[in-house]
Amino acid sequence: MKVAVVGGTRGMGRALARLLAARGDAVVLLGRDAGELATSARDLTARGARGPVATGHLDLGDTAGFAAALDAADEAVGGVDALVVTAGDFAAQEELERDYARLRHLLDVNFTATAVLCQQMAERLAGRGGGTICAFSSVAGDRPRRSNFLYGASKAGLSAFLDGLGLGYGARGVRVVCVRPGFVKTGMTAGLPVPPFAGEPDAVARIVLRALDRGTPVVYAPPIWRLVMLAIRLLPRAIMRRVRF
Amino acid sequence: MGGLSMEPVSGWGRHPITLGTVARPERLRLPPDGRPVLPRGLGRSYGDAAVPSAPGARVLETVRADRVLAFDARSGALTCEAGLALDEILRVFLPRRWFPPVTPGTRFVTIGGCVACDVHGKNHHRDGSFGSFVERLVVEVADGREVECGPHRERELFLATVGGMGLTGLITEVTLRLQPVESGWMVVETAPVAGLAAMLDGLRDAAKDWQYTVGWIDCLARGAALGRGILMRGRHAGRGEAPAGPPPDPRRLAVPMNAPEWLLSPLLMRAFNTAYYRSHARHPGGSARIVPYHGFFYPLDAIGNWNRLYGRRGFLQYQCVVPRAAGAAVAELLERLAAAGTASFLAVIKDCGPESDAYLSFPLEGTTLALDLPYRGPATERLVHELNAVVIAAGGRVYLAKDAVTRAEDFARMVPRLGKWRRVRDAWDPERRFRSAQSVRVLGDRA
Repeated sequence: MKVAVVGGTRGMGRALARLLAARGDAVVLLGRDAGELATSARDLTARGARGPVATGHLDLGDTAGFAAALDAADEAVGGVDALVVTAGDFAAQEELERDYARLRHLLDVNFTATAVLCQQMAERLAGRGGGTICAFSSVAGDRPRRSNFLYGASKAGLSAFLDGLGLGYGARGVRVVCVRPGFVKTGMTAGLPVPPFAGEPDAVARIVLRALDRGTPVVYAPPIWRLVMLAIRLLPRAIMRRVRF
Repeated sequence: MGGLSMEPVSGWGRHPITLGTVARPERLRLPPDGRPVLPRGLGRSYGDAAVPSAPGARVLETVRADRVLAFDARSGALTCEAGLALDEILRVFLPRRWFPPVTPGTRFVTIGGCVACDVHGKNHHRDGSFGSFVERLVVEVADGREVECGPHRERELFLATVGGMGLTGLITEVTLRLQPVESGWMVVETAPVAGLAAMLDGLRDAAKDWQYTVGWIDCLARGAALGRGILMRGRHAGRGEAPAGPPPDPRRLAVPMNAPEWLLSPLLMRAFNTAYYRSHARHPGGSARIVPYHGFFYPLDAIGNWNRLYGRRGFLQYQCVVPRAAGAAVAELLERLAAAGTASFLAVIKDCGPESDAYLSFPLEGTTLALDLPYRGPATERLVHELNAVVIAAGGRVYLAKDAVTRAEDFARMVPRLGKWRRVRDAWDPERRFRSAQSVRVLGDRA
């Protein structure tokens, strides 16, 4: 595969980029911080990447720049055939409830920008016969909970979009993978209390890699979260009002 | 993002335990506020070296800064961020036939930790300690500057940082030389040894021909059997000797909870040690076996959380080294341990080569002894002080990466180069921004 990864310098994206590079896929790391991108590219190369490694500028806050970023990625590896978006914004519910600029930014990044980027890529891939789009949503999008419904809403929107994207472009050869991580121990979740079933980035990355290869429409990681969320989705609203999470 | 969490922090011995405010950034930078901070890797030092100086003090864990920055496949020079683990180096580079130049008894350590403790391994008699293979460090010092140092650049800072327990600055980048090997397999010989004199002779003889040597001692055996144990010798297997494929991945079991303390009763421990001795004594001496590298270097890594075997109160590990001339001190240490009847799984004995130039580096030419002591309060601490007195009289010292008890005045007697180290630290960190529970106890830092 020739994979463009947005968010590949950190956390789960870093772990996934390493797995891709180690098995010989071409990897283009896309992001904002040129220094971090270069460092991560060195990491992939020094670890023995068997395919080409490239970097390119992409800012999720600047939808107007997406076309140029995707053009550059295509050029770097001779036509990208998969896009992975692991980047996202996160903030605690209390902060988002009070800071509307912060809330707006989170909704923009997690939903609007990611959807615009994936939509644009889907068109490109469909035009060249197909490919794969994989974006990281969250179990928080499966059912709103009072403790994180603002973040959850951004991810619920993204999950719905990805589901639809898969339906809309399936006939044109574009497979869409929606990753729904449960709690994963990364820099993004640092400082939060660690719940049961918390996952490690490397283990999640292995699950995502398999889903990428198979084109699995929805994948939970760690897998136990599929059951956990099934149970939570089935809870009647009256009970959701009473439970504290 | 990059939030802080308040959590209990301890060394591998799980004594002492102190709350710390822990950050695990993916990019190593000191917080800009200038407040005290303690760098920490994977927490495999046993005592209080990576325990915060006061409840709630800040701990900067480096484990997420794990990128490889460069690798030169001709020379084996590897540059990485300080949080990269030895385990990961083995996973990535052993298939390319490169091996760490020095490894401690666990692969779950960061490279920054290996530098800060100047770790040694079973090849110390031949190759020296970890710092001998370090070409360059990047250290973020107390005022926020990133300083490059090495054997030929900012040499004083380098000599104080290697073995300096993270107290001179935050190590962010390391360049070290890996050693080429022909396979992931080891040629290993084990032989039963009846007593201490034979063990010391055996280690000395083996050192001439073998890259790796170590002895396991049943430190509950007394009298004529004092110092009885198993001598192990190893070397990397050549291409012709090794099985065709790579060694199997290490298997891992885990200890799910704290063991009850009766498990460590002297009676059961004696039975375990005797059984271990007899199981190896059955192998006729000199018979070579081919084993995976992890079976030789990291037998305890196969048991996740093995530190829980010592129960809720945790344990101390005691490791000292005494000069070769003071051979009788080793016997005295073993006699005191046997007399104290303090249960321990096997003790490790090893001969060390010449000491390094790094000021606080532990090994010196002589014999090192390492063993676990279940922590039972003041009685255990008294035993350590008694052992320390023997070590001081012999001109030896203890290993800070294992220590949780040694008094400041005793440590000063053990380490003649301490004054030199302090002068370098004064120059780079006059306010003692970098401090730990250990530096408070052993060096007199403010808590």
